[in-house]
Amino acid sequence: MQRILVLLPILVVLILGGFFVWGLNPDRDPNAIPSALISKPVPAFDLAPIDGVDVPGLASGDLAGGEPVLVNVFASWCVPCRAEHKVLTRLATQEGFPLFGINYKDKPEDAKAWLEELGNPYLRIGSDESGRAGLDWGISGVPESFLVDATGTVVWRYVGPIATEQAQDDLRQALAAARERAGT
Amino acid sequence: MRGLLATLLIVLAGMAAAVEPDEILDDPLLEARAREISRDIRCVVCQNEPIDSSNAGVARDLRLLIRERLLAGDSDDAVRQYLVDRYGDYVLFKPPFKPATYALWLAPFGLLALGGVAAGMALRRRGGRGGAEALSAEDEARVAELVARYDGDANRKDI
Amino acid sequence: MIPELGQFALALALALALVQSLVPMAGAARGNLLWMRSAQSTALGQLLFVGFGFGALMWAFVVSDFTVRNVAENSNSLKPMIFKVAATWGSHEGSLLLWTLILTLFGAGVAVFGSNIPHALRARTLSVQAWISVGFLSFMLFTSNPFERILPPPLDGNDLNPLLQDIGLAIHPPLLYVGYVGFSIVFSFAVAALIEGRVDAAWARWVRPWTLAAWMSLTAGIALGSWWAYYELGWGGWWFWDPVENVSFMPWLLGTALLHSAIVTEKRGAFKSWTILLAILTFSLSLLGTFIVRSGLLTSVHAFAVDPERGVYILGLLGVSIGGSLTLYAVRAPAMEGGGLFAPVSREGGLLINNLLLAVATGTVLFGTLYPLFLEAVTGDKISVGPPFYNASFVPIMLPLVFVMGLGPLLTWKRADLKGVLQRLWLALALAALAALVIWYLVTGGPALAVLAFGLGIWLFVATAQDWAARIKLFRAPLSESLRRARNLPRASHGMSLAHLGLAVCIFGFVGSSAWKEDVIVFAEPGTRVQVAGYDLEFQGVEQVPGPNYTASRGTLAVSRDGEFLQYLYPERRNYPVARSQTTESAIRHTLGGDLYASMAEPAAATAGNAWTLRVLFEPLVNFIWLGSFMLVLGGALSLSDRRLRVGAPRRARAPEMAQPAE
Repeated sequence: MQRILVLLPILVVLILGGFFVWGLNPDRDPNAIPSALISKPVPAFDLAPIDGVDVPGLASGDLAGGEPVLVNVFASWCVPCRAEHKVLTRLATQEGFPLFGINYKDKPEDAKAWLEELGNPYLRIGSDESGRAGLDWGISGVPESFLVDATGTVVWRYVGPIATEQAQDDLRQALAAARERAGT
Repeated sequence: MRGLLATLLIVLAGMAAAVEPDEILDDPLLEARAREISRDIRCVVCQNEPIDSSNAGVARDLRLLIRERLLAGDSDDAVRQYLVDRYGDYVLFKPPFKPATYALWLAPFGLLALGGVAAGMALRRRGGRGGAEALSAEDEARVAELVARYDGDANRKDI
Repeated sequence: MIPELGQFALALALALALVQSLVPMAGAARGNLLWMRSAQSTALGQLLFVGFGFGALMWAFVVSDFTVRNVAENSNSLKPMIFKVAATWGSHEGSLLLWTLILTLFGAGVAVFGSNIPHALRARTLSVQAWISVGFLSFMLFTSNPFERILPPPLDGNDLNPLLQDIGLAIHPPLLYVGYVGFSIVFSFAVAALIEGRVDAAWARWVRPWTLAAWMSLTAGIALGSWWAYYELGWGGWWFWDPVENVSFMPWLLGTALLHSAIVTEKRGAFKSWTILLAILTFSLSLLGTFIVRSGLLTSVHAFAVDPERGVYILGLLGVSIGGSLTLYAVRAPAMEGGGLFAPVSREGGLLINNLLLAVATGTVLFGTLYPLFLEAVTGDKISVGPPFYNASFVPIMLPLVFVMGLGPLLTWKRADLKGVLQRLWLALALAALAALVIWYLVTGGPALAVLAFGLGIWLFVATAQDWAARIKLFRAPLSESLRRARNLPRASHGMSLAHLGLAVCIFGFVGSSAWKEDVIVFAEPGTRVQVAGYDLEFQGVEQVPGPNYTASRGTLAVSRDGEFLQYLYPERRNYPVARSQTTESAIRHTLGGDLYASMAEPAAATAGNAWTLRVLFEPLVNFIWLGSFMLVLGGALSLSDRRLRVGAPRRARAPEMAQPAE
């Protein structure tokens, strides 16, 4: 019995060591938080359009339109959004997906000016001045993007600007998978 | 990356008066419940602090949201569930008791049982047979030797 | 030039450590006294060279040599001198150098003061210590060179995080490290004993002063850290069960267990293999802390810059030292049992419960700290384990321990009379119950656990005081007789009583400040009045005050009570332009009954206009935490000064000074 007991500490340490080796994996981001929305229907929300911007607002009902769409949370005060804007504009035309926007905690006139300056790739934009819809989507900051499939289910989420090659590839893959499911 | 933060980085910088006066509810009971809940809700953009003491924008929004839900008549658990639906179990500083956390919540009992068994074995070995009064000859000799040694020390002068 | 010399000195220290890790060990195996003795000079040499390296880095900070990358990133020419000095250990590289310095300091300590230890044991201990040195010196030289140059040098430095520019935090790391790293020598003693295959009462006695010294520092370091968090972070909290706090607390818990189990080994020859295991595990937890803080494995409020490569290196160090020592333990421990018999109700039995509960508490904290990692690895889910978990698990484990603490010192060795002891402690029991009832009646809010914990604190305090009084026959004999007895009572005994009283005092602080705290948060404009816990505060406005490397907005609060003016409080909000960050400097009126705590910040809402967000707290009994911690440290110091430790540790019963054949 004692022989077994004295082996216990080294055994525990070996198991712990295994977890630590796993935890040091450079691909792991200890600060990343998985979205609670993945594989769930989009949250219920209904946002009015931005004053003076000539695209309609956004509500939950617009997101089960029979094809996958990308919902992008952005704001004019958010610096990384600027970099992302160009990439999203290009991707939306290249890949041919509808791009919807949620304008998070922004003044309508600022958002309008921002879109006039950079161009408006969004088919619909909901103005979320209070930030409440952002909370319903469980965002932790801007920009953040969600891919919603044909049935209105959230299938993919990206925190931060979709600007790197890696992020763009991730999006393409998620999109292809969502389209495949919609096709069958 | 290196140049970014090669220093002992404490991300608490903003940890000042977090709850703002304009958030506080008029009803002290509701406010107390709100504080109680928000103390155990983790801020999602900060490193490891509750929304109660964080001044991140999202933390403030969540504090306001909690108060709004309470005013709407939600129970404390309903408010927590509302947040979990949106942000996952991650936001709860008190992990829910469910299959994924059985091991966590039962660990103290398991450890206590394990330790108890080990301690019980030690007691049996030491006290069971022979009785507590019985000292082996070797022990007696050692005790005598040590006692003599201490006495010797006591008579020595400090250096 | 001096930085290069510093680096060279570290390389020399590494060479010495390599020699020391082999020669004395071989000497002990072959019975070569000269080889064994070489450890003493190499240990001193290591201290000298690492000390020089440390001095060189400090010099670079003092003269603001921005060609050194470490200085450029962590200092600034405008910073006050004391914080330039403290910035030496503010970065990952610098703190690692401090770590190594303390490691060599303890090695040199054993070389100098260990003259009563048999040559073979001392040589082996110093060799094991040198193994650790080799690991950390090579880690530093190969992955984290503190003397790396940067060309061209920047005009001025980045400045240290302003939160760290504080006297409390300047001395917190050194104290904490002396504690952490001090346990290395206990570890080395344990491994050396395992190599020798021999643990006895004498061994336990030689180890005791080093354990005590490390434990005292760790206690002081943790207390200082929580004090800093209390007044600097502006929200009045002193402990948050953050992973980084936990990793400093676990060695403390297990070190406390070690301190107590070593007593049994020393006095009764029992618990030998357990004491050895505790010695190994305590330092292992220190290493684990170093690993967690520097690898970025867990999300924490305090963390060094994260570098996976460093993480892998430290994990390798951990694997070799912890894995190696525990394997050795598994091989040798079964052969080393034996020792005194005792009944379940006895001093030994009490200390067994102490060790059981402390070990379970440590395991619980460890499990809670690492559980998010486990779960993420297994299922991919992320959860948070925060204060509510520890309040529900750790606290209930500690409460019975506090109860046993009151009894333990009154139990006699081998077999004790529990009924008799309880009869002697009826006063303590009655007072504790009475206090709990009074508090229950007076305080309407607050958790029931708080009342129970407070009652147990009273129990511990009265029982300990009563035991101490009985030992010196206070009030039962003439005062002169009591004084004579107090003088004759070993200092270790006084130390124990003081430390136990200290813990009781800490409990009052823990409970008071967490269960019965009051706070008021308002928008303050000149003339705003606030009432908290019987105090009236009037906000009289804000003025701009320049500092050396910051500008402060300083508020003035007039504090009065029952219409009588008491004092002004000046909370500040400081802006550090170079570091581009702000800090909150709280203003506190300290009293023994509780602290009046004020802090202010810019409001989040745009509608607040020119007002400031003012937060005023009343923290009942909070100072008892630090008073109690001070008593714990002082108790340790008293025990450390016990002449039985300083003068003559006993020679071994049968003392084969030379080579003990390996099994």
